[in-house]
Amino acid sequence: MKVLIDPDACQGQGRCFSIAPRVFGFDDLGNGVVLGDGTLDEPTLELARLAEVNCPEHAISIEES
Amino acid sequence: MSDKAPVHDFATDWDHTDPTWVKDPYPIWADLRARCPVAHTERYGGAWFPTTHEGVAAVARDTEHFTSRNVVLGNGRPTEEDLPAPIGVAPPITSDPPFHALARRLILPAFAPGPINALEPMIRSLCVELLDAMGDQPVVNAGTRYAQYISPGVIRQLLGFPKDDIDKFLEFVRIVLEGIDHTFEERVEEFVPVEQYFTAQIEDHLANPRDDLTSYLLDIDFEGAKLPHEWVFGMMVLVLVAGIDTTWSAIGASLWHLASHPEDLARLVDEPELMGTAVEEFLRFYAPVTMARLVKEDMDYLGSAMKQDDWILLGFPTANRDPTVFKDADQFIIDRAENRHVAFGLGIHRCAGSNLARLELRVAIEEFIKRYPRFELDDPAAVTWAAGQVRGPRHLPIRILT
Repeated sequence: MKVLIDPDACQGQGRCFSIAPRVFGFDDLGNGVVLGDGTLDEPTLELARLAEVNCPEHAISIEES
Repeated sequence: MSDKAPVHDFATDWDHTDPTWVKDPYPIWADLRARCPVAHTERYGGAWFPTTHEGVAAVARDTEHFTSRNVVLGNGRPTEEDLPAPIGVAPPITSDPPFHALARRLILPAFAPGPINALEPMIRSLCVELLDAMGDQPVVNAGTRYAQYISPGVIRQLLGFPKDDIDKFLEFVRIVLEGIDHTFEERVEEFVPVEQYFTAQIEDHLANPRDDLTSYLLDIDFEGAKLPHEWVFGMMVLVLVAGIDTTWSAIGASLWHLASHPEDLARLVDEPELMGTAVEEFLRFYAPVTMARLVKEDMDYLGSAMKQDDWILLGFPTANRDPTVFKDADQFIIDRAENRHVAFGLGIHRCAGSNLARLELRVAIEEFIKRYPRFELDDPAAVTWAAGQVRGPRHLPIRILT
């Protein structure tokens, strides 16, 4: 599984990198970025899902890789 | 506000400064949500109030049909004397695309998590100082002695203004946010001391640059030149106005909740790991900030015939209570795992200071409950709530329990 952030939808609400700092970081404007290539293992998948359901902009998606 | 006609039906004649709305708006919003997607009023020269999360989100994201040229609903409308659209008087909050993105890019790096997280020790020592000053009294006013002074202290240090000017700050915030019933001429006059103060600070920072937000803004390189001073002035006004009573209200409302819900207070004291979800639930449940937009041109929108220059009151706190989006929306759930709340807005105008607001809220609560692990409202009827677009307790007497 792989996690993605839609940069056009992300407005820097800051939920993802607070909930899942192992999966998400932020750029110099405070917008969320996926760390590494976004590939998820079991524990990070759970964190990424939690971030997804807390993003007010619906900017996070998780896909089969 | 007592000279205004009382509201008989909020669906057709709402007023967000009506005493019933100010005291407890949530039942009004629930009733409106069940009756109409958009409530209307002829007050303030004509204004609309979307009642659902869907409606609020649609307007917040629609910069084609709505302008942010003025975001505080009042009797007047922007005039030629204001900075013209798309810049507005306090960029980027009053800016529209495409200028908005430029202005936002200038200010956001100063409020990104890196520089903001570095402020945590300063915020913590400010909170401890305020708690020390309140001492061991049996009843403390957590509104006027604590919540009210945290964000002004932080913003003052951020902008690099003298420590003794805190009470001036509070006066400026009051002038800008609470004068909505005044005429345009009155407002211009009221604004004079704010203008004089900020102009003097800009001059002082130009003569003596230092490591603060004012010097940062004055030093920004924009298309080969420094920013026009009127933009810097506007951004400083924005930081002052948007950064103070908003966070102060969130801190006050959270303390009000803990004082009136002993089971939540006990859980937060016993399980500090809940602080993350608790902060987000405080923000959802007591979202302090409501924004406004102006309709650009006559149109039918969300089933309503809107006229050019009608106001839209953008109720993020209302959206946060929509039961179609939030399970048990009217229940405060301290460990709510799924919480897509919109306390900081949606779309391109997301609160630029959200990282700072969250940090202040968390640290303020942490330090308060560390000092006073048990407390309750001294007199629930004595609590007063601010009227207008920023909602939070002002007078908040709390009895410390041993």
